[in-house]
Amino acid sequence: MDNILSLLIWLPILGAIVVAFIPRDKEDIIRYTAAGFTGVQFIIAILLWRKFEPGNGSMQFMERLEWIPSLNISYILGVDGLSLPMVLLTAMLFFICVFVSWNIKKAVKGYFALYLLLDAGVVGVFLSLDFFLFYIFWEVMLLPMYFLIGMWGGPQREYAAIKFFLYTLFGSVLMLVGILGLYFTCGKTFDILLIMERAPEALDGVLWWGMSAAKVIWVLLFIGFAIKVPVFPFHTWLPLVHVEAPTAISVILAGILLKLGVYGIIRVNYGILPNAVWWFAGGLAILGLVNVIWGGLCALAQTDLKKLVAYSSINHMGYSLLGMAAVVAAGAANGGDLKAAQAGLSGAVFQMFNHGTISAMLFILVGVVYERAHHRDIEGFGGLASQMPIYTGVTALAFFAGLGLPGFSGFISEAMCFIGAFPVFKTIVVLSTIGILLNAAYFLWAFQRVFFGKLNEKYKDMTEINGLELFTVIPLAVITLFFGLYPRPYLDLIRATMDQIIEKVAFVANFASM
Amino acid sequence: MTNLQSLEFFVPEIILVIIVIAALITDLFLKKSKTDLIGWVLGIGLIVVALSIINLRHVPPTTLFSDMIVIDPFSSFIKIVIILSTLLVIVASWNNHELNDYRKGEYFTIMGIMVIGLFLMSSSVDIIMLYISIEVVSIMSFVLAAYLKLDTRSNEAGLKYVIYGAFSSGVMLFGLSIVYGLAGSTNYFVIQESIAALDSPANPALVMGMLMIFAGFGYKISAVPFHFWTPDVYEGSPTTITAYLSVAPKAAGFAMIIRFFHQVFSDGHALSSNMIGITDIPWPEIIGVLAVVTMTMGNLVAIQQESIKRMLAYSSIAHAGYMMLALPVISIDAIEAIMIYLFVYLFMNLGAFFIVITVKNKTGGETFDDYKGLGWEMPFVGCVMTLFMLSLTGLPPTAGFVGKFYIFKTLVGAGNSYYWLVIAGGLNSVVSLYYYFHVVKVMFLDGERSDKIIQPPVTMFGLLVVTAVPSLFLGLYWNPLISWVKESLVFYTQTL
Repeated sequence: MDNILSLLIWLPILGAIVVAFIPRDKEDIIRYTAAGFTGVQFIIAILLWRKFEPGNGSMQFMERLEWIPSLNISYILGVDGLSLPMVLLTAMLFFICVFVSWNIKKAVKGYFALYLLLDAGVVGVFLSLDFFLFYIFWEVMLLPMYFLIGMWGGPQREYAAIKFFLYTLFGSVLMLVGILGLYFTCGKTFDILLIMERAPEALDGVLWWGMSAAKVIWVLLFIGFAIKVPVFPFHTWLPLVHVEAPTAISVILAGILLKLGVYGIIRVNYGILPNAVWWFAGGLAILGLVNVIWGGLCALAQTDLKKLVAYSSINHMGYSLLGMAAVVAAGAANGGDLKAAQAGLSGAVFQMFNHGTISAMLFILVGVVYERAHHRDIEGFGGLASQMPIYTGVTALAFFAGLGLPGFSGFISEAMCFIGAFPVFKTIVVLSTIGILLNAAYFLWAFQRVFFGKLNEKYKDMTEINGLELFTVIPLAVITLFFGLYPRPYLDLIRATMDQIIEKVAFVANFASM
Repeated sequence: MTNLQSLEFFVPEIILVIIVIAALITDLFLKKSKTDLIGWVLGIGLIVVALSIINLRHVPPTTLFSDMIVIDPFSSFIKIVIILSTLLVIVASWNNHELNDYRKGEYFTIMGIMVIGLFLMSSSVDIIMLYISIEVVSIMSFVLAAYLKLDTRSNEAGLKYVIYGAFSSGVMLFGLSIVYGLAGSTNYFVIQESIAALDSPANPALVMGMLMIFAGFGYKISAVPFHFWTPDVYEGSPTTITAYLSVAPKAAGFAMIIRFFHQVFSDGHALSSNMIGITDIPWPEIIGVLAVVTMTMGNLVAIQQESIKRMLAYSSIAHAGYMMLALPVISIDAIEAIMIYLFVYLFMNLGAFFIVITVKNKTGGETFDDYKGLGWEMPFVGCVMTLFMLSLTGLPPTAGFVGKFYIFKTLVGAGNSYYWLVIAGGLNSVVSLYYYFHVVKVMFLDGERSDKIIQPPVTMFGLLVVTAVPSLFLGLYWNPLISWVKESLVFYTQTL
């Protein structure tokens, strides 16, 4: 099992190739093949988790291969407490979403081939430790996403697909410039770990156009990642894409692709440019606040159920940003509050996992009702509770998880983000509690309109949620509840890695304040 | 080296001349339907030429015919690129139905003569030789562009090409004569020496001359503002010729520019040294601005095109712009980047044009409407076209990304006065995505699943495989290309 990480990446690619060779009329075989490959990938991910040593904060299961020696490009993979949960989440959601897409009728073969390619791209980003490799995987995701949205999406799918593509490419081009900047300042290497070691010193005092190079690179990389998160004002692609994308792709997008942004900021911006974290944390907290409020307000105004969930993603990622900003609490100038920094950063990372499970649930459930009613207009339903009691129950659970009710995992992570950020950004935290209020308001109001009141006559024959659909939601609901009651296992898994990142930022900060 | 001694190292060109004569004579004895045979003559001849170039690879860089042309690894690299593109275009020409009504004997023969011109362009170190080689290539291009004599658009293309070509080569000749007047010699190395010795650093006559020469260069690589001929000529010419014009003369043109700038304005030893002679004129900025304008113009106008062929014409202007980005740096890295770009561009651009030919053979049209649902009817063609579009946009893991990556790397490595060029180049890639993926959208998203699947003819299929495989493979593993390019980065230089 030396190459377990490579296996995780290459297995879906192999799956895509196998699917490509199955005759296109054998649709069921294609579905089972996709389920098989993602299932095996999920099992391998679980094995990886069992073998992972949580106490060790550094990279594990490292793989290293020469690739293009003339440019010092290598194939380096590794996993730590930050990436492991995301890999697990990815493997699980991709497995579940095969069943969410079971009813896709159009060009099944193309769909699953692209789906598996997307899987490989995402896992690749989480595992690669060479910037060149990282960038390639980052871009490899775009093409499958373009087709998955553009071919299997809603009425405006073509516009949504190209908008997504253009937005992300814009971000990645800036990111590429940042990466090249790091390459030349840090001794011509793409090795992320090596750059982490060298960057703070190598970039010290380097000026670009009279600005500190570290800050410029930070901003270039940040924009690339912020578009994925998405951070206000780069969020405008998200609602459109979510509305147009097929259910399974919405789930993947909200559950995993958005996390790539947060992951990138923590791995790259925090890991490589800790000095600039210090400089940008305030901005990050303000952006978090804007995300929380703006996402909440927009969600409140939506009449389309899926758009509401999409805006709730923007709202939820805001908490994560706030938590990330809290890292600076560990600096001497802020009283060296290590506990707050830990709570904030762990909260942010936990929040991205929780949002992955909760938003996945929400999108699957929206998909269930859309499948039956062929629209998602919140006002167009009413009284569904009497017609579909089980569906109502599950949706209530998902909505409560989404609005951060205690007992669900979302509550824990949001609370941690607030607790972490409070010592440093008091006003911002107080203001963003308005977001929680909005959060509760839009979910409860939507719930009320869809499920209570008089049953709309049109839907008196609406069928109850079926077994396959329940099978896709229940595991996510169980995880949400479990971590809501007992978050310890997750926090233990990431603690060592979080401590390392905090230590790094705090060290730089203390060093600077001396 | 004297004329007689030089012949030994001039074997590739001599073989080419023999082939061209043989082709002309053979053509006299062939029926119209058999003229494809001339393509075989030229094709096999070119393989022999390639072998003789490889055979000469260990010859130390030297000048031939009393300092008229040089033989060095750099020119061999460009010659191989030219041969590769010519071979691919010959095979495509057999399958281009546009040409069916015409005898193809002259067509292939003229192409052979053009190759001689391109070879000389990439190796001349004398402004007379430079001018003659450009003219050989240009005149042959005029004829080829107008080859479909029954088609008015092709005639229009030929005529426009002649007018622009004549004008810009006139301007260039004027510039060359000014430089000759200042330097008293036609040899690059002597010119370099004399320019370095000029009293005033920014001699107005020299600046004037240089600008005029650059007009000629710009015309050859279709850089803005000397690009106006490109869209009409590319649209009207037979598609095979369009493909050829977008690759081979561009490669030779860049070789010519690199040699001229490097040998007239650098000090002759190190490529990384600053340009000398006219230090007060901001050449890097001027070329940088031209590059950015070229890219941006090409990309923005490409968006509005209805015809895919015309869109690819504008896209080729944009690609000239990307390559020009590296010219202001003109270091070893920059030349390496341009060479890599030329090589990968050869495959992706020819591939895209071959698809245009395949589709035109099938539907008779080349507008976006003709591509509707193509991905469902001809899945192979659709997928390969998607690959070419990805590669032309410059997305990993395709060869196009590697090309752009090296250009950007050069610029970032050259210091922060060039960062704006990187940002401009990057944003242009984003813009280009829009129109390249418009093709993909039309092919896949606008169509419906069809029940019967059509495969392209075997030769077209083969050509597409031959262009698609490097377009993908060079994006994943390009060590062999890099080592070849690095070996080829040897110029003949001379200080008097």
